Amino acid sequence: MADKKTVTLFIQCLVDGIYPEVGNAMVAVFRKLGIPVTCPTEHTCCGQVAFNSGYRKAARVAARKFVSLFEGAEIIVCPSGSCAYMVKHHYLDLFRNDEKWLRRARRVGAKTFELTEFLVDVLGIESVGANFNGKVTYHDSCHLLRGLGVHEQPRRLLKNIKGLQFVEMKNPDRCCGFGGAFSIKYPEISVAILDEKVETILATGADIVTGCDIGCLMNIQGRLSRKGSSVKTLHIAQLLAGP
Amino acid sequence: MIEITTEKYIEEAAKGIKNTVLQEALANLQERFGGGTAEGYKNLPEGPALRHLAHDIRINTINNLDIVLKKLAQNVRKNGGHVFFAKDGEAAVDYCLQVARRHNVKLAVKGKSMVTEEIGLNSSLAAAGIEVAETDLGEYIVQLFGEHPSHIIAPAIHKTRKEIGRIFAEKLNIPFTDDPPALTQAARKALREKFLTADMGISGCNLACAETGHITVVSNEGNIRMSSTLPKVHVSFMGMERVTARLEDHNPLLRLLCIGAAAMNMATYVSYIGGPTFPGHGDGPEEFHLVILDNGRTRILADTAFREMLCCIRCAACLNVCPVYRKIGGHAYGYPYSGPVGAVVTPLLVGINRAEHLCQGETLCGACKDACPVNIDIPRMLLELRNKLAEGDSKWQVTPSNQKEKFLYTLWSWLVRDRRIYDLFLRLSSVGQKLFPQKEGMIHRLPFSLKGWTSGRDLKPIADESFTRHWKRMKKN
Repeated sequence: MADKKTVTLFIQCLVDGIYPEVGNAMVAVFRKLGIPVTCPTEHTCCGQVAFNSGYRKAARVAARKFVSLFEGAEIIVCPSGSCAYMVKHHYLDLFRNDEKWLRRARRVGAKTFELTEFLVDVLGIESVGANFNGKVTYHDSCHLLRGLGVHEQPRRLLKNIKGLQFVEMKNPDRCCGFGGAFSIKYPEISVAILDEKVETILATGADIVTGCDIGCLMNIQGRLSRKGSSVKTLHIAQLLAGP
Repeated sequence: MIEITTEKYIEEAAKGIKNTVLQEALANLQERFGGGTAEGYKNLPEGPALRHLAHDIRINTINNLDIVLKKLAQNVRKNGGHVFFAKDGEAAVDYCLQVARRHNVKLAVKGKSMVTEEIGLNSSLAAAGIEVAETDLGEYIVQLFGEHPSHIIAPAIHKTRKEIGRIFAEKLNIPFTDDPPALTQAARKALREKFLTADMGISGCNLACAETGHITVVSNEGNIRMSSTLPKVHVSFMGMERVTARLEDHNPLLRLLCIGAAAMNMATYVSYIGGPTFPGHGDGPEEFHLVILDNGRTRILADTAFREMLCCIRCAACLNVCPVYRKIGGHAYGYPYSGPVGAVVTPLLVGINRAEHLCQGETLCGACKDACPVNIDIPRMLLELRNKLAEGDSKWQVTPSNQKEKFLYTLWSWLVRDRRIYDLFLRLSSVGQKLFPQKEGMIHRLPFSLKGWTSGRDLKPIADESFTRHWKRMKKN
């Protein structure tokens, strides 16, 4: 790894606006690994929320801005499976009738990675020398797992954190009920699905539930908080950055 | 005609969620069948390649459906059967009534068939004075209750054995029991009489074969075989997409159907029916009719974005893994096709606006795509449907379903276009949110269209300083 590529940070809107500590943690991890990072401060949103609700014209506005901003990057890393999936796969749907933008989007998508996928598959790193004391369980986010095929990578990273006691929940790959705007438009169904997820989390006796997608974690945290649970949610970047 | 209640999705879903009996039944169903099917796929000697092959077989057939159906009709007729191409449900029902009248049918026995649910066959026959006896145990139970099936393969999943015991005691005049073997024996005895006295047998069709002019019917109870061999007349209904070109296609497809439907390597009874009986044969009806139903399928075929949905073999594997179906149950979908398959097919058949909740009220988790034995990409089509609902579509006659939401996303597109405007919005929101009630640092109640979130959850407030502002500040120092 003599010649390290500069990582361009793709900070998703939820991290940027609500959970900046996750972005800071990701920067800390790269600093620890000696990897140069940069961040395009004009970036706002990849457009996933508009796309999933069917508003492709609006989503294309975000997508064109994203492609223009990021196409000069060497490598793009995002602390979100669903946003990485949006760029890598759904941008191809968005631009299917526009050959020029399709080509540009494809090039950007090819160098976009979710964080754990980048660390383990691209850099070959399974331990970042982190410490964390506590019992931790992990939730497989849907787009990360079924879209990007990322299942082993976060688990390997977690198991190499010193002091961390990893416990697998029942049905970790079952949806948490977030589904983006679904959680607001069909709240009763969303919370019913979420309650089953919360049940499996609590059954592990873990202090912390972690994952690679802040959308899911925001959803889970919201219910845990409403129920007065002491279980905390932390993005995997925060565990990797250490206390 | 069939009653369509897709508009009631939200209220019916709420009923399903509160129904503790249903919740337990669906959880068990998904553990057993969802898990079982996944195991079944793992144990395939051909591995994942079999499902890719099955997808190719299906899509090739669908892409040549006109030729394949023509061949099928030719060969069924060559075998002595009658074929009727029904444009819609009404035409299909009328044809069946004509056949029934010609033969003075008083009683018909029926195998489980979702396509006959789709066209409301039972109620139309009943209105004409013909008794229809469902012979699949689950359908029989549902019929005794006067209800509709809530799952494609397990129609009575929403009933407890106690409830079934009570309806059997009432309708069959037997002492109450909730012992499943005893109940099954009681059903068997009652149904035997129906089989032996029925004038007509009605079935669906799992997969027709154009090459040989056969239909297949698959069951674990043997009821469809009995319904299609004992009575003098057999009428089989098939959605026009339920056909293969060649007999050899049946091997992968029937195997995958059984794994997807019941985590079995093969169903107990697989019947190949190639028309009526003939001199010297001994078994079978004197007349065989195949009703091939369009009812909106040509329109799906014509749209390359949705054509893939016609590859479906109605196994219900997707229902058995769907987190939404698990909570709301089949009746919430308001149409015979529920679960992920229903979320795509129902809007396409009854109207995208009319059934908009079915395709909006999903999480896009993708479990259905993983579970589908023929690798149909259901999430892709859900997104296409949502696009039509958002922006309208003239071909499918869709009007934008939510003008307010459309306006909000237009506003959103202006926000995301320019980081300065976006930053201003973040700043305003981080100040404005202080108006919303908080508890221990978490927002407890949100207003307007966002209130759905806080009905069951808290929300972490927008940070005082966004990551980007923090980064810019750090870079400056």
